[in-house]
Amino acid sequence: MNFICNFPFFSILLSLFSGTICSVLPAKAAKVVNRVVIIVVGLLSAVLLVYLLSVGEPFVYWMGHFPAPWGNEIRAGVLEAGMALFFCIIMYLSMAGGAHKLYDEVDESKHNLYYILVNLLLSSLLALVYTNDMFTAYVFVEINTISACGLIMIRQVGRTIEAAVRYMIMSLLGSGLLLFGLCIMYDLTGHLLMSNIKESVNALIANGEYQIPLIVSVALMCVGLCIKSALFPFHAWLPDAYGYSTVSSAAILSSLVSKGYIFLLIKIIYRVIGFDIFNSTRIIDVLFVFGLMGMIFGSLSAIRENDVRRMIAFSSVAQIGYIYMGFGMGTQSGMVASVYHILSHAATKSLLFIAAIGLTEVSGGSRRLTDLTGAGYRNKWAGVAFTAGSLSMVGIPLFSGFISKLLFAQAAVRVEGKMLASLIVLGISTVLNAIYFMKTVIRLYTSAKDTPYTGITFKDMKSYAVVLVCFILLNILLGVSSQPIVDMIEQGLSMFA
Amino acid sequence: MGPNLFTNYGEAVSAILFCIGFTNLLLQTNLIKKIIGLNIMDSAIYLFLAEKGYIAGRVAPIVVNGVTSTEAYINPIPSGLVLTGIVVSVSVTALMLSLTIRLYTRYHTLDLDEISTQLKKEGR
Repeated sequence: MNFICNFPFFSILLSLFSGTICSVLPAKAAKVVNRVVIIVVGLLSAVLLVYLLSVGEPFVYWMGHFPAPWGNEIRAGVLEAGMALFFCIIMYLSMAGGAHKLYDEVDESKHNLYYILVNLLLSSLLALVYTNDMFTAYVFVEINTISACGLIMIRQVGRTIEAAVRYMIMSLLGSGLLLFGLCIMYDLTGHLLMSNIKESVNALIANGEYQIPLIVSVALMCVGLCIKSALFPFHAWLPDAYGYSTVSSAAILSSLVSKGYIFLLIKIIYRVIGFDIFNSTRIIDVLFVFGLMGMIFGSLSAIRENDVRRMIAFSSVAQIGYIYMGFGMGTQSGMVASVYHILSHAATKSLLFIAAIGLTEVSGGSRRLTDLTGAGYRNKWAGVAFTAGSLSMVGIPLFSGFISKLLFAQAAVRVEGKMLASLIVLGISTVLNAIYFMKTVIRLYTSAKDTPYTGITFKDMKSYAVVLVCFILLNILLGVSSQPIVDMIEQGLSMFA
Repeated sequence: MGPNLFTNYGEAVSAILFCIGFTNLLLQTNLIKKIIGLNIMDSAIYLFLAEKGYIAGRVAPIVVNGVTSTEAYINPIPSGLVLTGIVVSVSVTALMLSLTIRLYTRYHTLDLDEISTQLKKEGR
């Protein structure tokens, strides 16, 4: 076995271990450790991705020395390695972009705790991406929830603690359902490894046995992960959690944590149940309907919102709806569009959160839209970045949002029966997106007479501006070089089966 | 359906308990009652696993009298899953309780709705 095959295991262990080390380090050293670990894990994933692209087939890595039905396994394909690399990039940029705000909002003595949580979150995300074992996935889902809760409540004000409690309650409901579904699946198949479960499921379907418990188990797991990733009717905790936590947390939560659960759901669909069996159930219709509702109601709530951070948070609800709409189409092209949208939304939403914080800082810390008038002139870099993010969200060509909308539309045309509904809702949702994002952008560039706030120059925020430029470039890169990325996603999805 | 329900009464009970715990966690406004609901929900799942993993007449897979036949022992994996699950459940319960203490010292109530109204009054 090639030495590179160890890299997924190394990256999980490295981030887990560095989290432990951070607890005894002073804040400054913890920060350095955190940054270095994210970069190293990113590099490892990049090497792994190149290796997998050249080899062209996935590999399975034994954890310990026991073969398939008994041991625990890691599995890496193109999509897993690419996702890990992408998560590292977004996490690094989010941490760097929100670093200066962390000093204002979080007590200095708690900074190393913050880096522990971020490292734990990274390791759990990597484990969710790479694991081939259902129960390991459940354990890391819980670790992910706990560290995400910590990221919300590290800023100690009433709102964030309440948001953390609400987040925990919804997450625990979700993980309870996931665990119950998983136990039923284990009882039906007698296995915990994804590949073994899939064989048994195929045998069960072929013999026509235990159909109802199988569907119940799949439905429980789906609903559990939908709750955790804040699909439309379960999104009540989201605006407070994203709106009041410190800005790096908001960027990481919106762009990575919910995506980790969605990625696990994709793995379950492909590697546990089987894509065709999943599509023959009624579950995809339910996901489709709730996805569509999320697209509209998320945007409507965002239009009504007068707080810029909460507005961006509600926009997340709509974007999660897009992803589930892609699942609901039940075709390969719908799935590709969803995976692309995961990347596109992660890049754009973290950009918007980081840019919004620069705009609120030059408006006396107020997040109300009325106070943001002219903020685009006071902080030019943040203004440009927010505009770029908004254009991407609305779906202007050159940015990544355009490609994902295009992919969704192309996928919708090929689905009979769901074409009209998805195209109409896609259109409505785009218009609604345009209403609230363009309204904000226009306000940013309306010159405010006799404003009490002073602007900020490039000299005072060099690293922040660099991060914003990186985010914009990442967005344009996703939008311009979409074809290689789509090819890579297709290759990765075919490796899943 | 009917006879299966009576032979598998353990699983049926655990499903009912799961629903009780789930609704408690979702609908109670008192935070402590919510946490109790959480624990009922988790315990129901462990009951389900234990019920599925146990085979009447067999013993735990620890070799004492030199009996190595697999017919004599139960499947140890569900018990292992229950142990792992308990660890997870304890840690999330501890986290929820600590959050509850934070909220109680700030707002002097355990009612989540009342805390929300107070937060709205603060207007932050």
